[in-house]
Amino acid sequence: MTDMTAGASAAPKSSLLAQDERTRRRNAAEARFKLYGVIAITLAIVALLFLMVSIMKNGSGAFFQTFVTLEVELLEDKLDKNGNRDPAEMAKVTTFGYSPLIKDAMAKVVADNGIEIDGLKKPEDLISKEAAAQMRNFVLAHPEMVGETRPFEFVASGRIDGYYKGRVTMESAARDSNISPEQLQLADALKAAGALETRFNWSFITWPDASENRPEVSGLGVAIIGSLYMMLVVLALALPIGVAASIYLEEFAPKNRFTDLIEVNISNLAAVPSIVFGILGLAIFINFAGLPQSAPIVGGLVLSLMTLPRIIIPARAAIQAVPPSIREAALGVGASKMQTVFHHVLPLAAPGILTGLIIGLAQALGETAPLLLIGMVAFVREYPAGPPEGLFDPATALPVQVYNWTQRADPAFVERASGAIIVLLVFLMVMNTLAIILRSRFERRW
Amino acid sequence: MTLTWLVLAVLALAAVGYVMGRSRAMASAGGEIRALHSLPRYYGWNVALTVLTPAFGLMALWLLIQPVFIDARISSQLPDAAVSETTTRSLVMSDVRRVAEGLGQIGASKPESDPDEEYLSDLKSRLGGAGVALASDIDPAVYLAAERYRAGTAIGASLMWVAVLAVAVGGFAVSYLLTNKDFRARNTVERGILLVLIAAASIAILTTLGIILSMLFETRHFFADHPWQDFFLGTVWSPDFRGDSQLAILPLLWGTLYISLIALLVAVPIGLFAAIYLSEYATPRVRALAKPAIEVLAGIPTIVYGLFALITIGPMLRDYFAQPLGLGDSSSSVMTAGLVMGIMLIPFVSSLSDDIINAVPQSLRDGSYGLGATQSETIRQVIIPAALPGIVGAILLAASRAIGETMIVVLGAGAAAAQFDRGIGELVNPFEAMTTVTVKIVSQLTGDTDFASPETLVAFALGLTLFVITLGLNVLALWIVRRYREQYE
Repeated sequence: MTDMTAGASAAPKSSLLAQDERTRRRNAAEARFKLYGVIAITLAIVALLFLMVSIMKNGSGAFFQTFVTLEVELLEDKLDKNGNRDPAEMAKVTTFGYSPLIKDAMAKVVADNGIEIDGLKKPEDLISKEAAAQMRNFVLAHPEMVGETRPFEFVASGRIDGYYKGRVTMESAARDSNISPEQLQLADALKAAGALETRFNWSFITWPDASENRPEVSGLGVAIIGSLYMMLVVLALALPIGVAASIYLEEFAPKNRFTDLIEVNISNLAAVPSIVFGILGLAIFINFAGLPQSAPIVGGLVLSLMTLPRIIIPARAAIQAVPPSIREAALGVGASKMQTVFHHVLPLAAPGILTGLIIGLAQALGETAPLLLIGMVAFVREYPAGPPEGLFDPATALPVQVYNWTQRADPAFVERASGAIIVLLVFLMVMNTLAIILRSRFERRW
Repeated sequence: MTLTWLVLAVLALAAVGYVMGRSRAMASAGGEIRALHSLPRYYGWNVALTVLTPAFGLMALWLLIQPVFIDARISSQLPDAAVSETTTRSLVMSDVRRVAEGLGQIGASKPESDPDEEYLSDLKSRLGGAGVALASDIDPAVYLAAERYRAGTAIGASLMWVAVLAVAVGGFAVSYLLTNKDFRARNTVERGILLVLIAAASIAILTTLGIILSMLFETRHFFADHPWQDFFLGTVWSPDFRGDSQLAILPLLWGTLYISLIALLVAVPIGLFAAIYLSEYATPRVRALAKPAIEVLAGIPTIVYGLFALITIGPMLRDYFAQPLGLGDSSSSVMTAGLVMGIMLIPFVSSLSDDIINAVPQSLRDGSYGLGATQSETIRQVIIPAALPGIVGAILLAASRAIGETMIVVLGAGAAAAQFDRGIGELVNPFEAMTTVTVKIVSQLTGDTDFASPETLVAFALGLTLFVITLGLNVLALWIVRRYREQYE
């Protein structure tokens, strides 16, 4: 007893209150290590936020568009020389015949509002070059309107639109051959007079793509239809095939070489780069089978092959999660193996299969690279026909449209591309939310 | 359109078969359901499936073989004179097919006499009006071949009608006559369904085969024109569509590997530390918020990352790093693509590592704490070594994703191949634009391509190389995970 107290009182090497050098080092290392983890997570989340904010900031402008309202006189001697209102005859007047009307209307607005700007040339350039076509379509649809004066709402040209979105400034306009500072002053004057406004624009979602120098009238209509058609093909092919394959592998497959081969193949296909599927589509579906380029059917086939393993893997997990007692009960009352699977196991596994399917579809919707190779990058202005013929018509897809717009020179297309991304992300968010709801609502713990 | 009618006809026959098969079975049992071997609907399904399966199988086969067969016949009948010096037989055949298709569209009937110049130029303008634009005038031989092609296709289509309907009716008759109360209909139908299931499962094998064969086939064509030594060992990539291009994979592979390396340098530390923090330190609430947030990164399509690289990261790196440091003035660079790809890969590394770290049993941690180790010492000296094979597997999978990634590099990395003769400084400068294997596959295969030139075919060789590399990495990753996995039971 005395020995011990003597030993303890001799020289206490460490204290509970004051840390020694080594403990301090170890605790500092501990804190540092933990900090690294916090930094890593912060970096990842900051990257996510930065990405989202950058896309939103660049893209939200695409949903707003500047419009100019003009009173246009539909002169009879320009549009319908014979005066018989025959649409077939009036169709002979091309869009060039309509441009002077817009020019006159513009000059009239400038004069009526008493706008005087030194050195103003070509005030009609404020309006998109698409305006003449817009007017022609209207007149051909309503021939009886010829001779009247009525207000038209025209899309303003891309530069004017950019001026109100901060992309074009007086300085940049001075260096730009497509717009002059005087025209921007005119736009401001018109805005003050109420003839020009920037407002929300649904047409961005419905209009087809437009040519290189008309970014203001380009839209996502054809791309959305194309993507929709491809998703229909994927749904029609990948769902039944994927479910059938999962049922076979989980319920019927004997343990042999063939089954192993299938399993190895499925897990490898899930990791094959998507562009390789594009090469497959080009070589087999287009060059060998002779299907048309740029058609949603080819895109759908390629995406189906790509999505298949991504559907099979969750579907197998869902089937596996159904407890054996269900199967044994069904077999016990005399059901055949096939009846057990289709009447009992499959309905119970359905929510899990559906969740996997939706996530697979969402991945397919965002896939770009394979579609580039099968010609979906083509410039398509015509809406495809309704299915099934429309599946063979040329179309583009949402992500490919984004790529397409990034390849164009006019900076207005960058805004359009970001806007398209927002649309794409909204679709993906809806699909993923649906998957999460399905999972939380129908998930069953056995 | 006739095809739709044929499909509908076969389906209608199957529906009739279902009803008749079912009632025949009931009749043979005298209306007494207990005397039947199977439930009545199985007899109906048996007849319906015997109608459908062979008929649709034959139809699919016919549609696949007929164009190939007609092509070969017309091509062999095409006189050598029609194939001029500047073109090839396959190009002339594609003209023939387009003229034939156009003729069908405008519904032109065959003229009485042999077509003369005037008729052909008129035909060309009419075809142009129907949307079939032809580069040159229609050669009389091409026109005749197109007419024969149309005739052959029409005969083929009618023959198919007859054959498919005959098979359908035959199947109907056989299965209908076999139907009686003792027929084991359920077993037959279930065997049929099982065959369908097996076929569906085999599609995975067919896809792999399709990928390998299509690429091997075209790669063989490529190596017939272009020596393989030049492709694998050459150092210059300069395609020239006038011919005489130098197509070597090494400059592209350098770009791919360099960008992937930067991406992994970003993704592995961030992903690994995020996984460690989430599984070892984070409170349940932080984990419930941070884990899904990081996984959102995995759900974002690559085109979004590409655009992000193009309009945000690229200009930012150029203005704040590359230009002040004097390292270059291109907004698309190795660094841009690598950084953005790294962000994309964070969730791959983190969620796989997270699973693996969670799988390390608690007893190992407790043992380590009991010996006096701090939490970070436990992680570094016990948990990471135990989880290492899985983490290495996760990194390899991320590497394979990085190598196969396309859209980020298309939009972020640039199109200029690495040039080995410019010296090492330019090669390793991360702010230099550099291209990758996937970018070149896209650029060689989009736009107007001629499938006879090595400049196009090289894309298949590149694709095959890419496929082999990624496959190798995946197999290696799975093997490491299986081989070195600790068994804690």
